[in-house]
Amino acid sequence: MTKPALRNDVRIIDTTLRDGSHAMAHRFTETQVRDTVRALDAAGIEWIEVSHGDGVGGSSFNYGFSGTDEMTLIAAAREEARTAKIAVLLVPGIGTVDDLKRAHDAGAEMVRVATHCTEADVSPQHFAAARELGMETVGFLMMAHRTDPADLAKQARIMVDAGCECPYVTDSAGALLMHEAKARFEALLDEVGDEALVGYHGHQNLSMGVANSVIAYETGVRSIDGSLCALGAGSGNSPTEVLAAVFDRLGIDAGVDAGLLLDAAEDVVRPYLQRWPKMDRNAVVQGWAGVYSSFLLHAERAGERYKVPAHDILRRCGELGYVGGQEDMIIDVAITLAAERDEA
Amino acid sequence: MDTPKVPVAIVGPGHIGTDLLVKLQRSDVLDLRYVAGIVESEGLARAREAGVEASAGGVDWLLAQDPLPRIVFEATSAKAHAANAPRYEAAGIRAVDLTPAHLGPMVCPAVNGEDHLDAVNVSMITCGGQATIPMVAAVSRVTPVPYAEIVASISSRSAGPGTRANIDEFTHTTGGAVAEVGGADRGKAIIVLNPVEPPMIMRDTVYAMIGADADRAAITASVHDMVLKVQEYVPGYTLRAEPQFDEPTDEWGGHARVAVFLEVKGNGDHLPPYAGNLDIMTAAAARTGELMARAELGALA
Repeated sequence: MTKPALRNDVRIIDTTLRDGSHAMAHRFTETQVRDTVRALDAAGIEWIEVSHGDGVGGSSFNYGFSGTDEMTLIAAAREEARTAKIAVLLVPGIGTVDDLKRAHDAGAEMVRVATHCTEADVSPQHFAAARELGMETVGFLMMAHRTDPADLAKQARIMVDAGCECPYVTDSAGALLMHEAKARFEALLDEVGDEALVGYHGHQNLSMGVANSVIAYETGVRSIDGSLCALGAGSGNSPTEVLAAVFDRLGIDAGVDAGLLLDAAEDVVRPYLQRWPKMDRNAVVQGWAGVYSSFLLHAERAGERYKVPAHDILRRCGELGYVGGQEDMIIDVAITLAAERDEA
Repeated sequence: MDTPKVPVAIVGPGHIGTDLLVKLQRSDVLDLRYVAGIVESEGLARAREAGVEASAGGVDWLLAQDPLPRIVFEATSAKAHAANAPRYEAAGIRAVDLTPAHLGPMVCPAVNGEDHLDAVNVSMITCGGQATIPMVAAVSRVTPVPYAEIVASISSRSAGPGTRANIDEFTHTTGGAVAEVGGADRGKAIIVLNPVEPPMIMRDTVYAMIGADADRAAITASVHDMVLKVQEYVPGYTLRAEPQFDEPTDEWGGHARVAVFLEVKGNGDHLPPYAGNLDIMTAAAARTGELMARAELGALA
């Protein structure tokens, strides 16, 4: 496995059009995608992730149906990008190699294969297919707070041995405090740092995304995710425009124009935001209780439908240890809480 | 007077095969005579302890026995079953296939168990398929289902290396069977592994798209009837709540939705109760074998 070459000190992968899909209830339009890609491309972003929030094949009752077919959006993104390249997410168990091939045909050149942090051995099939297609590969170890650094490193090893060029500490719940994030970065770098890049994907639920990104860089992590206006699940991702400004202040060359990213956030993304991800009670509870960030809108909907507080649903999901993909359990929990309320 | 029984064998004495052994020994129509493996193992030892002839001589040994089994339950791998299936057929032995080989028609006993009684080879689909297809069928026998989707959540401990190495196989096979056996126009399947400790009991959710004016009371009654039918072979198959109906939305193309939430607790025969996903496979296989055996005995009578 050759380690991907870095063009700059660090690469920022923008996931506005993928993680942001959660906050947009998977209703991105082709125009929004084209406008966002043009702005990110002009600002020097190298990789832009586009797909349903739950990855290719995610359009469903369980996660929400895509407003526009994600393959149409990927193809549109590919058309608009002059220097940037397009990445997609794939969650084994939801998406398949067939979905990956369609995304590749539509113009995707990188796949990010995502598993729960202890289940990396469901990913080799998809890494093998991606390498055969000649795609760059990233591995997402989701809910990275749910296992210890040594085990997370073992899981990263499984992915790298299967063809992953860059395993990620993926803080899906926005739960990792700075020392916890750092210990995981160090463990992964120790285990696979000679053969692969290591990445970090943050959420803002406890406001740690940018701070953890700085620690990541200082520790040796060289692939870092962001979203314009933080557009992403829960209270959103580390904002790309903030990462750019902070790295600029630190004298770290991320190869991007911070001013143009601020313009992109303010002039392109903000006008179409249906909700600006924020650290409200529900989102903070997600970071606090370690709940998958994508559960947020589903919990709000179930809360409304069954007349129970969304933050109670989320807290219960944390207690029960539900993982990414188990959005159906949110309804189950809401029904249970409603029954408990009626009995009381 | 003893009721006649049909002689049967298990090939593949792993955890699935051993759980199946316990279930087959309870059967009043199946006579478990042989267990075959390819290496000496704990599974073969358990079979001998249970009074069943067991050998590491594989299919060669099995086919040299007299009398031959009438039905073989195969719990090996897709590759092994593909190699063994023609040999069983040549020897006039029928196969109930628990592997992902899918050579014969897909059978879910509560739904189409009676449809393939004379097939030489039947496929038990997947664990998620066995758990959810009865609910899809319960809805589709009442009202047209243009689309159904199932989500199977299983404990990490109950997902073996075969499932993990080819998780797409689960998604494709189950999604296809939701349509073909469940009766939806289109099907989709999702599987999630959860490592929480203590291990979570298998959970399944079935979403079916239905017409805005579908008869909801009839759907609910049909779901309850079907649960009883599955409980005949999986006692721990239960609804977590009444079927949930959601009103039509534009996102669903103007359709309404019914959601069924299931828990599948295993019988704890050999496998732990949380592994309902594995239990429902062995229970469905045993049930299917019994249906085939009864048909044979009936034809002889």
